[in-house]
Amino acid sequence: MRFESRVALSEPVGDEVRKTTCYMCACRCGIDVHLKDGKIRYIEGNRDHPVNRGVLCAKGSAGIMQHYSPARLRAPLLRTGPRGSGEFKEISWDEALKLAVEWLDPVRQADPKKLAFFTGRDQSQSLTGFWAQQFGTPNYAAHGGFCSVNMAAAGIMTIGGAFWEFGAPDWDRTKLFVMFGVAEDHDSNPIKMGIAKLKKRGARFVSVNPVRTGYSAVADNWIGIRPGTDGLLILSVVHELLKARRIDVDYLVRYSNAPWLVIDAPGEADHGLFARDGDGNALIYETVTEQVVPVGRQGARPSLSGRVQLPDGRHAVPSFTLLAEKYLDKQYAPEAVAESTGVSAETIRGLAAEIGRVAFDEAIVVDQPWTDMNGQRHDGFVGRPVSFHAMRGLSAHSNGFQTVRALHMLQVLIGAVDCPGGFRFEPPYPKPVAAHPSPHGKAEHFGSNKPLSGPHLGFPRGPEDLLVDEDGKPLRIDKAFSWDAPISAHGMMHMVIANAHAGDPYPIDVLFLYMANMAWNSSMNTAGVIKMLEDKDEATGEYRIPKIIYSDAYASEMVNYADLVLPDTTYLERHDCISLLDRPISEPDAVQDAIRWPVVKPDRDVRAFQTVLLDLGARLKLPGFVDHRGKALYEDYADYIVRHERRPGIGPLAGFRGSDGDRTGRGAINKDQLKRYIENGSFFSAHIPLEAQFYKHANRAYQDFAVKMGFFDTPQPVTFQLYQETLQKFRLSAEGVRAPLAPEAHRQRILDTFDPLPDWYQPFEEAAVSAGDFPYHAITQRPAAMYHSWGSMNAWLRQIHTKNVLYVPGQICDAQGLVDGDWAWVISHHGRIKVPVARMEALNANTMWTWNAIGKRGGAWALDRDAPEAQKGFLMNHLIHELLPPRGDGLRWSNSDPVTGQAAWYDLRVRIEKAEPGAVSEPHFADAERPGQPPTVPAELRYGQEWAK
Amino acid sequence: MTLLPSAPPPKKLGLVIDLDVCVGCHACVISCKEWNTGGYGSALSDQDPYGADVTGTFLNRIHTFEIVPEGGEIVGEAGDARIVHFPKSCLHCDDAPCVTVCPTGASYKREEDGIVLVDEDKCIGCGLCAWSCAYGAREMDLAAGVMKKCTLCVDRIYNETLAEVDRVPSCVRTCPANARHYGDLSDPGSNVSILVAERGGFDLMPEQGTRPVNKYLPPRPRDRLADKAMPLAENSDGAKGFFAWLDGVLDRI
Repeated sequence: MRFESRVALSEPVGDEVRKTTCYMCACRCGIDVHLKDGKIRYIEGNRDHPVNRGVLCAKGSAGIMQHYSPARLRAPLLRTGPRGSGEFKEISWDEALKLAVEWLDPVRQADPKKLAFFTGRDQSQSLTGFWAQQFGTPNYAAHGGFCSVNMAAAGIMTIGGAFWEFGAPDWDRTKLFVMFGVAEDHDSNPIKMGIAKLKKRGARFVSVNPVRTGYSAVADNWIGIRPGTDGLLILSVVHELLKARRIDVDYLVRYSNAPWLVIDAPGEADHGLFARDGDGNALIYETVTEQVVPVGRQGARPSLSGRVQLPDGRHAVPSFTLLAEKYLDKQYAPEAVAESTGVSAETIRGLAAEIGRVAFDEAIVVDQPWTDMNGQRHDGFVGRPVSFHAMRGLSAHSNGFQTVRALHMLQVLIGAVDCPGGFRFEPPYPKPVAAHPSPHGKAEHFGSNKPLSGPHLGFPRGPEDLLVDEDGKPLRIDKAFSWDAPISAHGMMHMVIANAHAGDPYPIDVLFLYMANMAWNSSMNTAGVIKMLEDKDEATGEYRIPKIIYSDAYASEMVNYADLVLPDTTYLERHDCISLLDRPISEPDAVQDAIRWPVVKPDRDVRAFQTVLLDLGARLKLPGFVDHRGKALYEDYADYIVRHERRPGIGPLAGFRGSDGDRTGRGAINKDQLKRYIENGSFFSAHIPLEAQFYKHANRAYQDFAVKMGFFDTPQPVTFQLYQETLQKFRLSAEGVRAPLAPEAHRQRILDTFDPLPDWYQPFEEAAVSAGDFPYHAITQRPAAMYHSWGSMNAWLRQIHTKNVLYVPGQICDAQGLVDGDWAWVISHHGRIKVPVARMEALNANTMWTWNAIGKRGGAWALDRDAPEAQKGFLMNHLIHELLPPRGDGLRWSNSDPVTGQAAWYDLRVRIEKAEPGAVSEPHFADAERPGQPPTVPAELRYGQEWAK
Repeated sequence: MTLLPSAPPPKKLGLVIDLDVCVGCHACVISCKEWNTGGYGSALSDQDPYGADVTGTFLNRIHTFEIVPEGGEIVGEAGDARIVHFPKSCLHCDDAPCVTVCPTGASYKREEDGIVLVDEDKCIGCGLCAWSCAYGAREMDLAAGVMKKCTLCVDRIYNETLAEVDRVPSCVRTCPANARHYGDLSDPGSNVSILVAERGGFDLMPEQGTRPVNKYLPPRPRDRLADKAMPLAENSDGAKGFFAWLDGVLDRI
């Protein structure tokens, strides 16, 4: 038999292509949405888009199923039964918004701090923060505190930027790429594209991760480190590099505070601070004239070692002397850290050797003359082609801040920050701490019926900027920027519900949350948090957290604990902006931002949260949301994106500004701006001039460009802060020698952890519990095909991860008699879970792990009650408490980094015991009732059958 | 039974999959699903999509497994356990038993390019082809009752309504790690043939005698960090020697 072609080979894909921006995770790729008969036919990557260049991950391609998910909410809901019951009635938007105003307006009049407004996976923080500021509550943050604030804070305080949204490896030039603590990341497609480039060029890719999943699977070298010890490994590499003299002294002198003189006056209020002149400029010792002079003096040749006498008679040493003495100590020798880290001394030496060899023996030069901030002309950009990337594995520990600082110090020591082949900043970064605000929320910053006097979040310069009262007690509901976590630059969302429930530091009236699944996978101690949400005051019979407003697009576990639910749209039905004022998508060579626009119309009574927030702002008559007559300033979010100005000429979008749309960065409002974005594929990209593309922290042409673009009003070069003076100020407070003094209870903790030079200390939970009782680590990994809890209900993605198991190292399995399919109890100081196990060898021998956020509550997300996600799937969250175990001082300390307040998810210590076989994982919760009108859940999907050919 | 083309096809279109960079992200799996569920033939259905026994038709799947090399293998050092992500779809075999076993002529191999397809109008859903396929690459669609398989996106690669650059299979276009390559494996000068030649591309289970068109590229050789040594500095002991060196460097700058 023989057949001719029987296939229609040249059918058009659909009727129309609409280009927008993906939101299946935070990567924010450009997508081409093909529409056919008014339905979504196909979503593919936009080839022109600078983030993903045409590729698209599993999540992005599954957007169809996300959009048509039966878990979508369909109308505003008002709770009618008890919290958690799922009993709601559908109400109109007008009723919902009137009710929200009835709850919020009295709070604003009486005591605005009684509103706590926190957003989860929000990409509109410049709007949500502005709204909260205009409302006047000091209690606002997004989710960075339980995500990766250590990464951001340590990066900004050390080099003026951090990984991910602030910079990227120079994928086209790097010859050695070392990644710490990343299974999958927000930057998912660029990392995959980058690894492919490295491999093709024969560059080496080293992955440091306790578990060899995801990217680690293809790494040339995998270092299966013990969780929480990355800092030790990095400092040991630093030790080796110093010993071998493999450091870039010229770079250190030019770009870091290595030469800055540190006052040596133990017991005095300025011991360990930088010596400064009358204008506040740091001083250095100049070796030719043998004089102490302010930093930046033309032609000065600073010293990096030795002790000098200051004009006032005191003594000081260059900070680099302290640095070198610290890390040359043999406590950081590879042999000394091998046992703690679980990494052999040979491997540590080999890693250091490769870093040193590639940085110095394989240095590259980009022949492009440029001028530095001192006016000195350079022939080219010298490149140290070693790059790094890091994320949760470093940051989600109670020593994460110092560990990330250590990694940035390593980058600076080898001269590999913003050079060809190294880690490169993405505009508007670098940005020194001095260009960030200090936090606002002190008593004098807010009051009845008026805006907060400045932004909520920022960087305290010292204890004087803490948001505490005269007794040192926290002023924010999450206790951010208090002695508990002084530099909690992203707030501490994971503490909000516990603190509000305890009325500590005070009770609140309204909790307003957006896109944060706090009744499930986004909270530590999930069962405890659920109880707190359900708990009533015995005297009044009222909930201890009296009113909860929640906005989400889906029937997540959190919905049933809200009193008022504001249903959001999907990402394909809304306007959004991915703004330089917020979380940028720039590349090292280009300034970029993007939009979303409604490529399909909602088929139900839902509204984009940002538009709802603008409406609420207008109804509450918040300044900035209404004009002088009280009339709404903005019709909707699209209107706000175009017409809102943060400073004159600077709005949410940088592209197509000016009345003709030909201005970039600064420019007048252009009413056609969104149209221009849509015509351009929903993004905007402006290239950085060649001479401004590297050494941005000290490059005159880049700094001028940044001012022209409106990132800053004056140049903001960055001097890398290897020695961190702000931390020393807290130590002086803790020593009781510098005002304001730290409260007694906090002093030892600050002295132990606020070293002004990057340091390593044992994670708190490990230090607090017995190694005999809890000998192992338990962590989670982010799957590439799902983003947190989003995606778990997606009909296609859930077939990839329908349930999760606990992966246990072979030797623990052997010791416990565990084989695949067995069940085990995993026990922490806080709780126990019963879970299915599987054996695995490619992981650290003391570490077990599972996928993040696969486990579901039965009935939630419109999944059947007996779905595997709810029956066998499980969360590690039940083992993790938001507080550390009591240690006899009468205090309960937050399970967080002591500097930034970052939730220490990965500090968890456990033991494991074989359990009787089971059918369901434990703890098992009562099924969630579906909120509102039950959706129609199909028994079978044949998506696209009507187009079958 | 059904006959294979009598002469070797002038082209052998297929995929080359690079196991050195596949991170198992499943981008190809889902992109394949969304393209093909609205494309050639009946939709790729999902049964109990929100329930306990969810199952669906996928033309491309990734198998993830762990290996612990005993040493000497190209994949790594002895005891250096690793995870392999192995994408697998129809390999469009030259000697495709799924074609010859087909009782109705539904399963066929195209004469012009060697792509193996199913004519769904002729398919009676007997499942013999799936049974005969050594690779488990065919999937019975439970809703349509017909056999589904990778079409190499035949409705993309010749699709004149698409830009030329997009006339590649959906999985290839979407792969973020550049692990999937498409081309004519009968042409020694094609991109895919060069990759196979340079990287030692291999057949999956050659002992089955199916002569698959698709090829896999093995992981690139790796070497141990532990074998790298740093050249020692002179006077490498202690801070004093370090600062003496530092002063010397500063003098030279």
